Amino acid sequence: MSDVFFTKADRLAARKVAGEVVILRADDSSLYVLNPVAAAVWEAADGRTPLDAVVRDVICRDYDVDPETALRDASEFLVALAAQGILRTSDQPLPPADPAPDGARA
Amino acid sequence: MSALMQQVWDRALEQRVPLSVQFDLTYRCNERCVHCYLDHDDHGEMTTAEVKSVLDQLAAAGTLFLIFSGGELLLRKDLFELLAYARELGFDIKLKTNAILLGEREADRIRELGVRSVQVSIYSHRPEVHDGITKVPGSLHRSLAGIRFLKARGLHVLVANVLMTQNAGDYPHVRALAAELGVECTIDPTITPKMDGDTSILSLRISEPQLLRVYMDKSLIGDPANEPPPPTDDEMLDARPCSAGHTACYISPYGDVFPCVQFPLPTGNLRQQRFSDVWHESPQMNEVREIRMRDLPTCSTCSFMTSCTRCPGLAYMEGNMKGPSSADCEKSMVRARGAAAEKEVA
Repeated sequence: MSDVFFTKADRLAARKVAGEVVILRADDSSLYVLNPVAAAVWEAADGRTPLDAVVRDVICRDYDVDPETALRDASEFLVALAAQGILRTSDQPLPPADPAPDGARA
Repeated sequence: MSALMQQVWDRALEQRVPLSVQFDLTYRCNERCVHCYLDHDDHGEMTTAEVKSVLDQLAAAGTLFLIFSGGELLLRKDLFELLAYARELGFDIKLKTNAILLGEREADRIRELGVRSVQVSIYSHRPEVHDGITKVPGSLHRSLAGIRFLKARGLHVLVANVLMTQNAGDYPHVRALAAELGVECTIDPTITPKMDGDTSILSLRISEPQLLRVYMDKSLIGDPANEPPPPTDDEMLDARPCSAGHTACYISPYGDVFPCVQFPLPTGNLRQQRFSDVWHESPQMNEVREIRMRDLPTCSTCSFMTSCTRCPGLAYMEGNMKGPSSADCEKSMVRARGAAAEKEVA
């Protein structure tokens, strides 16, 4: 599970509202409010950063939790969010993004 | 509303987050509806870059629900560029359109871009009535074609049926038409003054007997609300009149910010100010926010207060944002009359 890569699914709206990540699915209006660890997983979903790096560099940095527990919790969230169609997982990273042309929005 | 959604709204209210924004991208329109409150001339609508900048600011402010409306949205040549940009920023998007320019290609793009729902106004099942209201021959046929294109792509479509003198009796047929199309339908008897204060179109409001018929229609409201309104208590008196200025606001194509589309109190302009400055600092917006039900001299003592649909914006347009809105007073009284009639029958 640690070398899994993950991206946000399409057709979702998401916003941090008063500190909580809120996700709304366009197809059925399902609403999700993520807890802080799930939110950290969601926000790191760039398809290129593996889960173990997210746990090490984000969750363990921001929360008082040992790496093993954090990885187990994050893995559970990843499985749950993938089962809900919120995240897509892959064992391969996405190819590097093309550099933005001059003047393009970052 | 689900409990989870209510929690999100409550959190937004606590933290003063503008969770929902209606953004009219143009007032230009290809219909000339007899009841419309807008001036359709273009007085300098925001450019693509200006709209994108506003969207950036709304995303930063925490807006999740974005309603793009008009005028007719599809008259903006950059509509799909703006939609794509808004989706990239993570907004949940609802569109309001008359759909007469909506073909298969547009429906495909709307689906691809992850729009959650599209609202289309249908005034009657009878072409002569619908087209008479829009003043565009063939508009009913074209709007229905647009709805079918959207529906065929699995999009959630809502038919909005505004009631006025011309179409007051047609709503059961419009609802049947919506059911046949497999889409939702809402009925709304509200006609508002024009944005410039002109009240001439209020003569189009349906009559009291017609309104009574709507309120007594069990197919619309299930079992009519024939219980007397609950008594007023401190919690109700401390309540906010509505979400306008608290968790919601409206932005015009010219960058003007109002508490709501039906509440044309100018609070700032996004060509001169940042959205966050208007939202948090505007004295007018803060004045709206201060108002609680107990501050309404007439309404707070009214026996219908707890069940009334009073609109602060309509009250403002009648001259006093703390006053009653007479259309809602009428609705409350008609509802009460309907409830009394129901009891007599029972």
